[in-house]
Amino acid sequence: MSKMNMLQAINNALDTAMAADERVLCFGEDVGVFGGVFRATSHLQQKYGKARCFNTPLVEQGIIGFANGLAAQGSVPVAEIQFADYIFPAFDQIVNESAKFRYRSGDLFNVGGLTIRAPYGGGIAGGLYHSQSPEAYFAHTPGLKIVVPRNPHQAKGLLLGAIHDANPTLFFEPKRLYRASVGEVPDEDYRLPLGEAEVIKEGTDITLLGWGAQMEVIEQAVEMAEKEGISCEVIDLRTILPWDVETVANSVFKTGRLVVTHEAPLTGGFAGEIAATIQDRCFLYLESPIARVTGMDTPFPLVLEKEHLPNHLKVYEAIRASVEF
Amino acid sequence: MTTTKSKVVYSPVFTDGAEFRIPTFKLLKQDGSLYKSAKAPDLDKDKALRIYRAMITTRILDERMLAAQRQGRLSFYMQCTGEEAAVIGSAAALDDNDMIMAQYREQGALAYRGFSIDEFMNQLFGNEMDYGKGRQMPVHYGSKKLNYMTISSPLATQIPQATGYAYGQKLRGDGHCTITYFGEGAASEGDFHAALNMAAVHRVPVIFLCRNNGYAISTPAAEQFAADGVAPRAYGYKMDVIRVDGNDILAMYEATREARRLAVEHNRPVLIEAMSYRLAAHSSSDDPSGYRSKDEEAVWREKDPILRMRLWLESKKWWSEDDEKQLQENMRREVLETMKRAQKRPPPPLETLVSDVYDEVPPVLAEQFDKLKAHIRRYPDEYPKSAEHAKGGA
Repeated sequence: MSKMNMLQAINNALDTAMAADERVLCFGEDVGVFGGVFRATSHLQQKYGKARCFNTPLVEQGIIGFANGLAAQGSVPVAEIQFADYIFPAFDQIVNESAKFRYRSGDLFNVGGLTIRAPYGGGIAGGLYHSQSPEAYFAHTPGLKIVVPRNPHQAKGLLLGAIHDANPTLFFEPKRLYRASVGEVPDEDYRLPLGEAEVIKEGTDITLLGWGAQMEVIEQAVEMAEKEGISCEVIDLRTILPWDVETVANSVFKTGRLVVTHEAPLTGGFAGEIAATIQDRCFLYLESPIARVTGMDTPFPLVLEKEHLPNHLKVYEAIRASVEF
Repeated sequence: MTTTKSKVVYSPVFTDGAEFRIPTFKLLKQDGSLYKSAKAPDLDKDKALRIYRAMITTRILDERMLAAQRQGRLSFYMQCTGEEAAVIGSAAALDDNDMIMAQYREQGALAYRGFSIDEFMNQLFGNEMDYGKGRQMPVHYGSKKLNYMTISSPLATQIPQATGYAYGQKLRGDGHCTITYFGEGAASEGDFHAALNMAAVHRVPVIFLCRNNGYAISTPAAEQFAADGVAPRAYGYKMDVIRVDGNDILAMYEATREARRLAVEHNRPVLIEAMSYRLAAHSSSDDPSGYRSKDEEAVWREKDPILRMRLWLESKKWWSEDDEKQLQENMRREVLETMKRAQKRPPPPLETLVSDVYDEVPPVLAEQFDKLKAHIRRYPDEYPKSAEHAKGGA
């Protein structure tokens, strides 16, 4: 066990994967000798050589096209997109190619080795293009897996899980927590399962569901609610696609109430999918409408960031409203 | 920094590159004889006939299957007519274990590698023996054993993928390269730029083969780019480039053989621009009479790459009128008989609707599939293709 922040845990996961398997490669903009603009790939080039950890030209569709080819060839590429906001030039390669590679070829070929890492989320004065949470765009794409960690332990275990998963995986890293979140992380290779939510805290009155940096917000809101005697069950979804319906439904069967929260805008956000599925599964058990606490339906603003974001007060208000319904 | 040391001037001097003219490499004249001072590549009789048979196979398959589409037996088809030499000549210059990543008009490369008529037909009809499990439109072939990456419709996406695939080959050090085919229209996509730049920067053993056939559906090349074709773009990436007469089988073979040597021995990516003409319609859904003249087509019909090769083979005494007649007859018969067989084969099983989306069927999808089976069991007459399959399981 070592104390690490989230960046160190991610760096350690990449190091672990590259040491274990020479087919693992890390590349993207500035990931080479510089070690990435956030330092997630620090020292990897020095350790594993320029052939396995390198800078690419500044072209996102090229990075992911290149990564698709490498994965089809049998390598295990871990491609970095500098900010999730800049993943859209690669949308075609991800949605039409990565996601459909195995299906369209009848499993003759696949890009299962592919992992795409990208820092996501707001709260860092990043304005429109350094703050976005694009998971819902990709959640509409069968064939992809989408994973978001909430702390250093999760980041290493889920990233190693993603790298070794036999499907193309998007790994969104909450950059607000890169240095802010610190915790004990095992030094060895360990992998957390994809597709499984984690019940972080058991409770009986209401279920709180989120992922990534939003888990911290939920924690603060829950602290406020519990002071008033509201027993909260907290679930970290961890994998957005394919998501763990069963764990969430089982919790709602018990509590009868659900609040889903994410930073991304409300309309078309992944909370909509969760709400629709859970009302279908748990209709007779629900005691109040499922609440969604999310970013507003605006581009991500700079100066009014705090107003825009679904903070702990807004989540707390939703808990109160649900319990008092 | 790797910027060039350029001459300094003290007044603005612009250049549009017009001083660079890329010559066209040719060896074989339309009458089957070599140009003066041209030297035929080292191509033995067996290999030359393998190439020729693949050309005839491709031509007859294309004629027959377009007719089948017109009769309503097939949903869609795309011909390679006029471009057989560009595709097959280049494929023949590779090692059979090199990877091919094609666009969709390169069935000739597959025919050369030995994809059987039966295998072509199974894909076209999407029956239970199709490797792709009937999921993609006709002509989206793929073969793992022949190192031919499954085709996808989005244009140019395979070009950066080829760069990545070849980078992996370079790391593995197995002495193989990747060739990627695309049309001059696809070369306008951003993925083309990404792929060539990355290949040059990282010294990747990949051959970019542009089939410049004059048209992207109805758009003539003059509305695709203002420059002298696609080839000059290689200068901007500092990449070796050659322009070849795409209807000249010997020139295509020789240019690709040398490109492969540069790629594999020196990790130099190469761009080949094969100048040809799309003699057929873009696809079975297109009618070229709306955008080009019969006269223009007739000029190119005179330049038929298959006839040109046949005349060369005959001049070498490697081929005769009788050989030709026999090959054509056998091939036509095989195509017809195989088509009938492929058409009768049942569709892929219902499970293939949900398999291979992921390595394993996720629970949410498994549930959707169970619902579908129950639904089909209620309306078996409405779903005749899958009703039998739906009976299996719970």
